[in-house]
Amino acid sequence: MKFSVEIMPRPEALDPQGRAVQGSLQRLGFTVEDCRVGKVVIVDVKEENKTKALEQVHQMAEKILANPLIETFEVKAL
Amino acid sequence: MKPVGVLRFLGTNCDADVIAALDAVGIANKYIWWANRFEPSSYSAFVLPGGFSYGDYLRAGALAAHAPAMDDLRKAAEIGMPVLGICNGFQILCEAKLLDGALTKNISRQFQDEWVDLEQKSTQGFWNSKVRTHFRLPIAHSMGRWIAPADIVKRLEDNDQIWLKYAKNPNGSLHDIAGISNKAKNVAALMPHPERAMDDWMGSPDGKFLFDCLKAGGL
Repeated sequence: MKFSVEIMPRPEALDPQGRAVQGSLQRLGFTVEDCRVGKVVIVDVKEENKTKALEQVHQMAEKILANPLIETFEVKAL
Repeated sequence: MKPVGVLRFLGTNCDADVIAALDAVGIANKYIWWANRFEPSSYSAFVLPGGFSYGDYLRAGALAAHAPAMDDLRKAAEIGMPVLGICNGFQILCEAKLLDGALTKNISRQFQDEWVDLEQKSTQGFWNSKVRTHFRLPIAHSMGRWIAPADIVKRLEDNDQIWLKYAKNPNGSLHDIAGISNKAKNVAALMPHPERAMDDWMGSPDGKFLFDCLKAGGL
């Protein structure tokens, strides 16, 4: 079963990458109020039970994929 | 004398410098390869050198923090053995949750390679110099801005775990923090590179005071 884990810098955390991209977008003439850059990890889990698979992906996110001090994450079934 | 273990991950690049620094202060040392398990009691202390382990994939230090050798390093830390993290070593120790907080992109968004002045805020820890409180050391990092929630910072302050502060903040680090230790004070880490400042000709000899802690600690 495939899932995506979307990882974003916490809303209150400074996101230098987002700020740099925002600057470039503005130079291209786009009016951008805010810009945040995160990452997406797609995992294919060998587990047929969706609840169990979801549980595993959450554990992955908590253990290593995201750092709760600086990031938030969202798991979606694909 | 048991050797100091110097951990090498894929992408560690300050390992030879740390070995040279340990040689310079006359302390036996030995590499530990990331994929190998080891017996903590065969060593006297451990250093996690700087570099770009796993190319900083995911987050700086995130993948190295879960390497097999880290299971034994965790055991060593838990039984009170001295562990020092330098630069990427600091990032790895935070990701391994052996130290608090996280190291994030410098506020300048740039890789910064410059000399900094540091003030030691405590003398309690194993790695805290008993003879010096001010150090001049070089930094070389793009992810050196240490941050943590207010309650963690307060806990660190209350337990005297703030080790080093920048005299002039180079990277936006919270409360000018350049180095911290764990509660037991055996695990400590800093972003600057003491192994690159071992003699006057290198720009400063102050790094030596830090490696001398191993001798002061009885090694």
